[in-house]
Amino acid sequence: MASTQILRRRIRSVEGTAKICRAMEMIATAKRKRTQNQALAGRPYNEKISQVIADMAIHPKLEGEVYPLLEARKEIRRIAIIYVATDRGLCGGLNANLSRLVAKFILEQDVPVTLITVGRKGRSFARHSEVDIRAEFSGMSDRPALFDTLPISRVVIDDFISETVDKVYLAYPRFVNTAVQQPVLEALLPVEPPEVPVTQRGGFIWEPGPRDIADQLLPRYVEMEVYHAVLELVASEQSARMVAMRNAGDSAKDVIQDLVLTLNKARQETVTKEICDICGGVESLES
Amino acid sequence: METFRFEIVTAEASVFTDDVQEVILWGTEGQMTILPKHASLMTMLAPGDIYIKGKEGEQYLAESGGFLEVRSDKVILLADACERVEDIDEDRAEAAKKRAEETLKASPAHPDAVIAEAALRRSLARLKVVEKRRYKKKAAS
Repeated sequence: MASTQILRRRIRSVEGTAKICRAMEMIATAKRKRTQNQALAGRPYNEKISQVIADMAIHPKLEGEVYPLLEARKEIRRIAIIYVATDRGLCGGLNANLSRLVAKFILEQDVPVTLITVGRKGRSFARHSEVDIRAEFSGMSDRPALFDTLPISRVVIDDFISETVDKVYLAYPRFVNTAVQQPVLEALLPVEPPEVPVTQRGGFIWEPGPRDIADQLLPRYVEMEVYHAVLELVASEQSARMVAMRNAGDSAKDVIQDLVLTLNKARQETVTKEICDICGGVESLES
Repeated sequence: METFRFEIVTAEASVFTDDVQEVILWGTEGQMTILPKHASLMTMLAPGDIYIKGKEGEQYLAESGGFLEVRSDKVILLADACERVEDIDEDRAEAAKKRAEETLKASPAHPDAVIAEAALRRSLARLKVVEKRRYKKKAAS
């Protein structure tokens, strides 16, 4: 039986941990709503821009011309993955789930893979798995602006156009709901326009020319995808942290209960033992 | 009265979705009006104001660049930023305009000048919308 002093010390330490968990849960709860709204509010734009790109890509005038960002390479020599992870830990399996997905994907490739990491956890993943790092971005706030994510998209667009890489993927934890965050790995470049129903095919008037619009629209699409991934990440992070911290707090409570029980038993035992000793002493004196 | 569906979305939010009768906005090639049954069109927008005539009367919005797609079933505006005239902070726009002008005057060749110029155009668009509405109100009363 552990001594009561050690037990008391452990209870105090677990209580401290529980308090920290509770505080972190409250902070995450406060941030969750806002980050969640931000991620959800960004989705319509993404859907609409995909629609516009789909309409644009089937345009006959486009078919003759070559748009670097739309063009699928025949030979894939190098793949880049934008790995969007959190800066901080203590958010449950969020980063672990994503790294499992990405690690599996990397192992399946027979060409070299380069990582562009976002967040400190992304960097440590790249370090541990000894994958080439092209660039790393960290210190993203929990209210990211489009402006903050532009350098990320710049790097991949430049690398893709200069043919340093032939395919770019985007990996991030997609926010489904507070309890579920789904790690996803999506192709980003070359831009693959979604299929559109035949009814939509019609002649478009282009103002100015299709070239000018495509030159603006395609990079914008990539920027928005990256920005959106970061928004999804931030929303996922807060939700995951809230749930993880609530579980941790609950577990801490259970542990404290167990420890208090053990402590009381130990104390009771000593008391009983002492009474026995005294009784024994009294009896031996009387006889 | 015939209407068409008009949607404005920005990266932050879906700003406007409704059936409308008429929309006037600024393309990079000049101002244009979109009425129902407009031919399919794809264009870029210059920062400027948007006038919408819908069921609930007239509305003014300020936009700072984006893409416009007119389809047979609806019109989509992908705006970099867009706000209703009621939400525009006139003082802030005025201050932003001044700041941008000063930056431009102080160092026209500085890399920041491009950003300042864009900011100037944005704030001018906002101020113009506010101005227009004020004029409309006066004319009505």
